[in-house]
Amino acid sequence: MSEKDFSQYAHPEKLVSTAWVAEHKDDDGVVLVESNEDVLLYETGHIPGAVKIDWHTELNDPVTRDFLDGEHFAEFAAAKGISRDSTVVFYGDKSNWWAAYALWVFTLFGHQDVRLMDGGRQKWTEEGREVSTERPSPARGEYPVVPRDDSTHRAFREDVQAHFGKPLVDVRSPLEYSGERTHMEGYEEEGALRGGHIPSAASVPWGKAAREDGTFRSREELEKIYREDAGLGEADEVIAYCRIGERSSHTWFVLQHLLGHENVRNYDGSWTEWGNAVRLPIAVGEEPGEAPRG
Amino acid sequence: MTTTTAARLPEPLAEIIEEFQAVPDQQKLELLLELSRELPEVPPRYQGSADSMEQVVECQTPLFLAFEYDDEARTAEIVFSAPPEAPTTRGFASILHQGLNGLSYEEILAVPDDVPARLGLSKAITPLRLRGMSAMLGRIKRNITAHVASLS
Repeated sequence: MSEKDFSQYAHPEKLVSTAWVAEHKDDDGVVLVESNEDVLLYETGHIPGAVKIDWHTELNDPVTRDFLDGEHFAEFAAAKGISRDSTVVFYGDKSNWWAAYALWVFTLFGHQDVRLMDGGRQKWTEEGREVSTERPSPARGEYPVVPRDDSTHRAFREDVQAHFGKPLVDVRSPLEYSGERTHMEGYEEEGALRGGHIPSAASVPWGKAAREDGTFRSREELEKIYREDAGLGEADEVIAYCRIGERSSHTWFVLQHLLGHENVRNYDGSWTEWGNAVRLPIAVGEEPGEAPRG
Repeated sequence: MTTTTAARLPEPLAEIIEEFQAVPDQQKLELLLELSRELPEVPPRYQGSADSMEQVVECQTPLFLAFEYDDEARTAEIVFSAPPEAPTTRGFASILHQGLNGLSYEEILAVPDDVPARLGLSKAITPLRLRGMSAMLGRIKRNITAHVASLS
């Protein structure tokens, strides 16, 4: 099997192969981070030396619906053995969905050298590479307190309102998009008050960007999906969202780093906020619908 | 917990809940991991035929259920299928399997809906994830309710 050529992507340095990780995982300055949807998967075996990040319990503020602040992030990163100049390589289950989320949160703090391992956990294990159940105790990193930048890569609901007329991408499943499914019959506690999508948002389920083996599709395929089919122009400012902002981090990564859009933001409030908020318009059905006018 | 609600918990399930409540948070995850390893293999008659099982779509991982009813004894056997790369889901399934399998329709239907919350896992595992377990329990009870209704 030939290695995929990463130079086809806009920012090839943001992606590494399993072979690269196997070769460089013990290098000074390289920290491997496993971040999964399944909270116990790391414990069943991980790449030797990789530290675990639980995106639910570790990246979020325990009280406010927000991420850690600069001070807590510095403490958190240092405890994981991460310094400001570390090369942090993220990988995880489900085509790197949660790994992309963790990478995105590091990006909010301006951490420069963040990378994803193409294919994630699935590819590593399918290739029969070494795994370990030993939990590493990394030497403490040196991490300065840096303020979180919420304006460059993150969008709030007001930003989405101000963005109308420019491309929005909804990465949830088609049934969530059309509004047919806010919850399953009999499970009314689940989901948002209303079903549908943010008016004018194009529907591109996040999984379209990944192949069966969890690796990203080629640049050509991605351009067809996002530029031709969903109509995102090359220089467009884009906002992506899903239900709570995790699936859309994956799409953010694709648009920002693989396709090279310069201005992509992830709306992490996503449908759980928008679908429940007072005075915000929604659209139902398979069509994007009209963007509301100022 | 009041004695009335405790009395409605089947003993095997009550024991598992007590065990969870007795250990600190980090060990709760270890306990769940241990349980995930104890989930029995899917019997050969279901293997490769996920269509004959019911999918719990609320779980973020593929989880399938099948029911085998003994109407004379009024007991239900519950078969769970979850992939090895989903240990948390397997752990939840294993709790319900060890706690409910083979019990009577009435005993299972009387199980309170807040079992997931009683495990005291909410610090180690967020409510979002525990919902998958609530969904499993909800589907089990709904399936049995429908079966009981079809008998009369």
